[in-house]
Amino acid sequence: MKILVITEQRQGKWNNTSFETLVAAQQIAAAASGTVSAAVIGKGVAALADELAGKNVAEVLLVEHELLENYTPDGYCVALKQVIDAAKPELVLFPHTYQVRDFAPKLAASLGKGMVGDCTGFRNEGGTLVFVRLMFQGKTAADVTFTGTGPWFASFQSGAFRADLLAAHPSGKAPVNAAEVELKAEEIRTKPLELFKGAKSAVDLTQAPLIVSIGRGIKAPENIAQAEALAKALGAELAASRPICDEGWLPMERQIGSSGQTVAPKLYLALGISGAIQHVVGMKGSRTIVAVNKDQNAPIFEIADYGIVGDIFELMPALTEELQKAKG
Amino acid sequence: MNIIVCIKQVPAKDAALATAGNWIRESDIGFEMNEPDTYALEEALRLKEKHGGEVIVLSLGPERVKQTIKEALAKGADRAIHIADDNFAQLDPLGTARLLAAAIAKEKCDLVLTGLQSDDHGFGQTGVLLAALLNLPNATIIMQIEVQDGKMKLKRELEAGWFQWIECPLPAVLSIQSGINKVRYATLKGIMAAKKKEIATATRESLGVAIEPTQKIEKIYVPTKTKKTEFLTGTPKEMAAKLVEKLKFEARVI
Repeated sequence: MKILVITEQRQGKWNNTSFETLVAAQQIAAAASGTVSAAVIGKGVAALADELAGKNVAEVLLVEHELLENYTPDGYCVALKQVIDAAKPELVLFPHTYQVRDFAPKLAASLGKGMVGDCTGFRNEGGTLVFVRLMFQGKTAADVTFTGTGPWFASFQSGAFRADLLAAHPSGKAPVNAAEVELKAEEIRTKPLELFKGAKSAVDLTQAPLIVSIGRGIKAPENIAQAEALAKALGAELAASRPICDEGWLPMERQIGSSGQTVAPKLYLALGISGAIQHVVGMKGSRTIVAVNKDQNAPIFEIADYGIVGDIFELMPALTEELQKAKG
Repeated sequence: MNIIVCIKQVPAKDAALATAGNWIRESDIGFEMNEPDTYALEEALRLKEKHGGEVIVLSLGPERVKQTIKEALAKGADRAIHIADDNFAQLDPLGTARLLAAAIAKEKCDLVLTGLQSDDHGFGQTGVLLAALLNLPNATIIMQIEVQDGKMKLKRELEAGWFQWIECPLPAVLSIQSGINKVRYATLKGIMAAKKKEIATATRESLGVAIEPTQKIEKIYVPTKTKKTEFLTGTPKEMAAKLVEKLKFEARVI
């Protein structure tokens, strides 16, 4: 099986999920006797291609064009369609980034193919590749197979594979080959303008050793004071899942998850957070995870070290009191 | 400005799900409008209030989705198209998009909006695929829309707190990020007005779309646990005391 991994860079900097996807590709190749190629797209990215060539890949495709300097969904689709037509992979893999969501389904559709997105793993079942992804906000997993002929398209969730398992090239370096693409300015209908960072973070949650995080279970903004009191007793920073920040109950800078900050504190105390994938990717690296939720089937318990099935409004004051007592 | 908003009806957030083959058991659970789509609908209503035109909601699913369609009409959408389909759960993203695109192609619209993803399948592909099938420009994860001189300036969310402005011509397909606005509730007046609004019905046959799936959900199941969770029990006070004890002496994190 010929596998092509489409890596992601922005302004010459890797999106590191690319390496996790390369690991996924190496593991699929090992399970389904395949080869892995990797593509780098942009302008002036030969150094990145060279870096990739040091990994265990059969070939690196360098896809460069003036009009690929900045990402656009149209530019990437037109260019990568040509790359795929020429390289003829059976499986095309992507890291499941915001950028990939923006163009990869369209690229697949332009070839009449479908994409299985946001996968967390795969299995080889007697020669059939089964992709695993989550559904219903992480409450269920699904086994998905492709029908029809390739190329098949799939993306892997951030954190699904360990980038540190990426194998180096066994004999030095893989060849880097330029993939010529034709692209006209009028084919690109959207125009990327300036990139900017959102509101300056007054608080850097990534540096906080202890985090108390609230989700929908907090129910109303006036209840946040109870979580604040608990955070204070613990000496922790207060954070939240996306819906809380969407409602404006806490500032966006306190949001943990794929669209917010990614944290790995010593302790992550999740209060009334169900554990949707978008949140979990931002905190699953925490050393100790405690979850309090009234729903015993909440996906957050899948990754919790300690779980309490109960009412956060009973637990928050009780825990605050115990912590104060423990401090003496 | 005529806007089509794709909305999906999904199991209620607090519904206890029981898996059944490659879908869930639908009896005994409530349904609601997919939350990300509520933001897309709200954005469409706001654009209409600013620029005039019509908001059409488009929804695919069995008879029950009419309830969600009516809610959208009560909030202020002008009319609706229901693609009646009892087998929607087995459609792959491309199949769903083909049906929606066929219905959209029959309308004259300037903008198509979708939510970012659905809380059931969670494919997150519909908007991008509609753009491909309708040959329109697309942008996703949109946090702000400014319409000026027949084109849009869009604020697109990137990862880790970054954003980007992009310029996009009309017509286009946009996937709206949750939190872009504050969604409204339906008023009593709106609910009454909705009763007179049109809900047109279409089907795979009437749209002339033949479905050839590119992928198949073999089965769904409760994910296998990767971590051993120690559950604490007792009264709230007892559980709190046990937790502090564990964090202090077992996990040694406080």
